[in-house]
Amino acid sequence: MEEKDIHSELASIRSLMERSSKFLSLSGLSGVMAGIYALIGAFIGYKIVYEKYGSLVISDSYTDNSLVYHQLILIAGLILLLSVVSCLLLSIWQAKKKGENYWNPVSRRLISSMAIPLITGGLFIIILFLRQEYALIASSSLIFYGLSLTSASQYTFSDVKWLGFCQIILGLLAALTPASGLLFWVIGFGLLHIIYGTVMHFKYNR
Amino acid sequence: MKTSLDQFDKAFENRIRLQIMSVLLANEHYDFNSLKDLLNVTDGNLASHIKALEKEEYITVNKTFIGKKPNTQYAVSEKGRKAFIKHLEALENLIKQQKL
Repeated sequence: MEEKDIHSELASIRSLMERSSKFLSLSGLSGVMAGIYALIGAFIGYKIVYEKYGSLVISDSYTDNSLVYHQLILIAGLILLLSVVSCLLLSIWQAKKKGENYWNPVSRRLISSMAIPLITGGLFIIILFLRQEYALIASSSLIFYGLSLTSASQYTFSDVKWLGFCQIILGLLAALTPASGLLFWVIGFGLLHIIYGTVMHFKYNR
Repeated sequence: MKTSLDQFDKAFENRIRLQIMSVLLANEHYDFNSLKDLLNVTDGNLASHIKALEKEEYITVNKTFIGKKPNTQYAVSEKGRKAFIKHLEALENLIKQQKL
């Protein structure tokens, strides 16, 4: 066996081990899109709150008007739905472009490892909402999303773990200062997604 | 040179068998159809190589059903893990020897 052959053999083993255990078609562009949806949503939410109260300072003051909260939750839900759909469609497209099957053991593991913290978080937020504990909704959405990213990062690019850590830290900061929940939410879901998505797109997807 | 060639495992001479082992080493288990997609081989081809690895007791097979569809999962055995690592070491040694 030639040395060149052994090198290519070892390289192919390494690439196969990675491809079989990590989903590498995750789209960076969908991160950017999720960030843009979040910014647009936050802007609309800001308009609703600002027009009603003339300021954004203290979130406790909205509790007398749960209609505002219903509207905000509806916007947040729409953002989530749009982001998930874009992420799925763009990642499937990316996998097809590479000639890979997107529905494989790794993508299944990726989805189930994300789903557990996300569904827990979703239910928790619904409970907070029903109990009219609005102040911690922004922070818990950031924390649970961060946890789901760190757990999903085992099955995809390890960079996802850092995005997760940042979301968790922002979520904790938001819990400390509930009055600026929207601000942390904009930084986490808006800015961080755009930065992360751009980096990923240029690092891996091109 | 001859000494390191002796360390090569006959079972891994075929590239597909080596690839199957690589996938199973990196994952707890893998099913037949996903393995087929990943390695881009035909049913018969994959089945015969799997049979060979099974005969060496390098992999273990777990057959179940999802509804009416058979779902066969493969995992690497302890013996297979050792053999694979030994084979990789032999490859690396060969490179080192050629550099001398």
